[in-house]
Amino acid sequence: MSGTYLGLPSFPKAAHDSTRDTQLRANLTHATHTIRTKRATAINELTDWPQLRAAGAAIKDHTLHHLDHYLLQLEAAVTAAGGTVHWALDANEANTIATQIIKNTGETEVVKIKSMTTQETGLNHALETAGIHAYETDLAELIVQLANDKPSHILVPAIHKNRTEIRDIFTTHMTHWGRPAPDNLTDNPTDLAEAARLHLREKFLNTKIGISGANFMIAETGTMVILESEGNGRMCLTLPDTLITIAGIEKIIPTYQDLEVFLQTLPRSSTAERMNPYTSLWTGTTPHDGPHTFHLILLDNGRTDTLADTTGQQALRCIRCSACLNVCPVYERAGGHAYGSPYPGPIGAILTPQLRGTTTPLDTSLPYASTLCGACYDVCPVAINIPQVLVHLRERITQGGPTTTHGTRTTIQPAKGHRLERTTMRATRWTLNHPTALQHAHNLATHTRHLHPQHLPGPAHHWTDTRNLPPLPPHTFRHWWQHHHQTPPTTNTGKGTDTRSETATDTGTDTGTAGTDTGTGTGTGTNTQTDGGPQQ
Amino acid sequence: MRVALFLTCVNDLLYPDTGRAVVTLLERLGVEVDFPLDQTCCGQAHYNTGYRHETEPLARRHARVFAGYDYVVTPSGSCAAMVRDNYPRLGARARDEGRGDELAKALAGVPKTYELTEFLVDVLKVTDVGAYFPHTVTYHPTCHGLRMLRLGDRPRRLLEAVKGIELRELEGAEECCGFGGTFSVKNPDVSAAMGDDKVRNAESTGAEVLCAADNSCLMHLGGMMSRQKSRVRPVHLAEILASTEQRPLELPDQAGPVHVTTGSTVGEQR
Repeated sequence: MSGTYLGLPSFPKAAHDSTRDTQLRANLTHATHTIRTKRATAINELTDWPQLRAAGAAIKDHTLHHLDHYLLQLEAAVTAAGGTVHWALDANEANTIATQIIKNTGETEVVKIKSMTTQETGLNHALETAGIHAYETDLAELIVQLANDKPSHILVPAIHKNRTEIRDIFTTHMTHWGRPAPDNLTDNPTDLAEAARLHLREKFLNTKIGISGANFMIAETGTMVILESEGNGRMCLTLPDTLITIAGIEKIIPTYQDLEVFLQTLPRSSTAERMNPYTSLWTGTTPHDGPHTFHLILLDNGRTDTLADTTGQQALRCIRCSACLNVCPVYERAGGHAYGSPYPGPIGAILTPQLRGTTTPLDTSLPYASTLCGACYDVCPVAINIPQVLVHLRERITQGGPTTTHGTRTTIQPAKGHRLERTTMRATRWTLNHPTALQHAHNLATHTRHLHPQHLPGPAHHWTDTRNLPPLPPHTFRHWWQHHHQTPPTTNTGKGTDTRSETATDTGTDTGTAGTDTGTGTGTGTNTQTDGGPQQ
Repeated sequence: MRVALFLTCVNDLLYPDTGRAVVTLLERLGVEVDFPLDQTCCGQAHYNTGYRHETEPLARRHARVFAGYDYVVTPSGSCAAMVRDNYPRLGARARDEGRGDELAKALAGVPKTYELTEFLVDVLKVTDVGAYFPHTVTYHPTCHGLRMLRLGDRPRRLLEAVKGIELRELEGAEECCGFGGTFSVKNPDVSAAMGDDKVRNAESTGAEVLCAADNSCLMHLGGMMSRQKSRVRPVHLAEILASTEQRPLELPDQAGPVHVTTGSTVGEQR
């Protein structure tokens, strides 16, 4: 993906700062909770939601499994409708193609409808380098661009800003880009919207080139589809002379009929609306209506590599609704910027390391940016099992294994920085697989419990920085069971029984033999637990 | 009915009282419980951190130890979910890697593993277990119980039938507490922020007890409550259900204990 996001700190480091930003956390909590509650209401209105969800997943999977066929069908349909199709292997190629198209027109300004794909390729930066100014026209994208910031949410890019902050951004920065903000602008939403409308209207009427992404591309007709809320996108799609659409190859669906499913699931999942205010569809060019020239740039940028992974490929079903962000407790605390990608939140945690690879500290930390609580999977309208893919990617990071990079099947090595963890995991696995050793470890732990430090060394210090450790009881459960529970051990008669059972010597005599241990728990002072064993 | 208790490693070492409570409760309901001593760990921490290969021997051991029982019962939603959801995945992946069906077949031999509340409600068909707990309680439904096992209102129905209990609604109950196994070490700031919010919500209910059906979540939240000298006490659901008028579970006086005990009942139950 783009170089724009590279060099950012790993997720835990970025989150270290954002979790301390109380304003950011308040903004995020308010916004995500509002959207998530409204979404739940909108979903509950539909009695066939589970069927719609399954249908959406099935359509996307079918398309992904026949991507070669549908992409060629799309290319033929777009070409027949008067458009031109370009194929871009990576971000750089897509940006180069777009830059060349614009340069050929002699223009130096473009208007853009919000597009995550061009965020992914870093198009604005590339255009700027070539002397072309790109203006974002989505209200939230405009706010982010004016503030020289980055989007932090798929649907609500400026979710991290409150309206007072937005008023200040308009007042300070609009004048450098075009029509200034009105004098004495308030932070009233109506006034803010009017200021943006006046500022943007000037751009819409004077700019000859528009750039868009696409929510969906229909293979059978070559039709592009955009869903939006403001109408600013429609201005970009209809007023300029030249329209350039840049879309990931996974955005394709086979037929018009298939759109029916997503026109129900996407608005409800994203904005909690039954129908989004503006749905724009365009097919190639039409005389005397809209742009004279239409270019479609189809972007791979890691998508076919992702498709080659049978577990991870489901991330390509994503329709960018952002429902997973709005329910994610990690996103809510860390904020979108911590993910270092235009795709933040749970979907970003699985999509970004697949598109970009797991070579940087940021990308190897993303699959761990989740508690695996499963809320994201529950709300996903195309049933992406995000926790399953997270665990799958964690395995790639810790153990290495087969993967596809630039179309070639390779075996990657485990990522750096997991040596201590790997050693610990192996050692604990060995101990846990040898019950006698485990029991010795338990006995050692419980017998030395008064010596245990309250603050742990190494990476575990994170635990004791904010939490007290549970006081270790004087005896484990299995100790109690062996010495005080009188049920005779039942021999396990199952297949492959491990005959090393340590119950062999415990014939059910509940004697006071464990009384010898009574002294071990004394003197800790902090342990509120009664010694459950030999107190009789 | 051959019922095996699968206690999970956190419970065995750190929260033995939860295991005793399960035994007390099930025996009170007429169930003969066995605790296969060769059990160790289901491998969840290894699997979820990305060490699938290290998980396999633990899963094999688990399957071997529990094969032959009619039911396996565990007071942990996340460990039950590991066995039910992820063991089949381990087998399937081994097959995908050309290692044959042997692991899948071995893991398929694990009897159905029930989380405690499922076993009580679905198998024993009981919601009133004769418990007595005269305290105010707020309930945190843990993520794996909620979303992987779909426990639904089972824990709540069991709690509502407890004599003397007063249940208080927990705001944001269905949100994760921030433990997440190794997440709490790998992402300490986010984990602490999530835990803080959960503790604050629990405190604002005014309840004496924060109840959950997973000790790992309670360890994380209890550790925070202890550090913050909260008045709320973390208690495992099994300990509330095991408490009776004859042998009530006593809450410690001091603020912020990390866990409590079944006290006088231990050593005498059978």
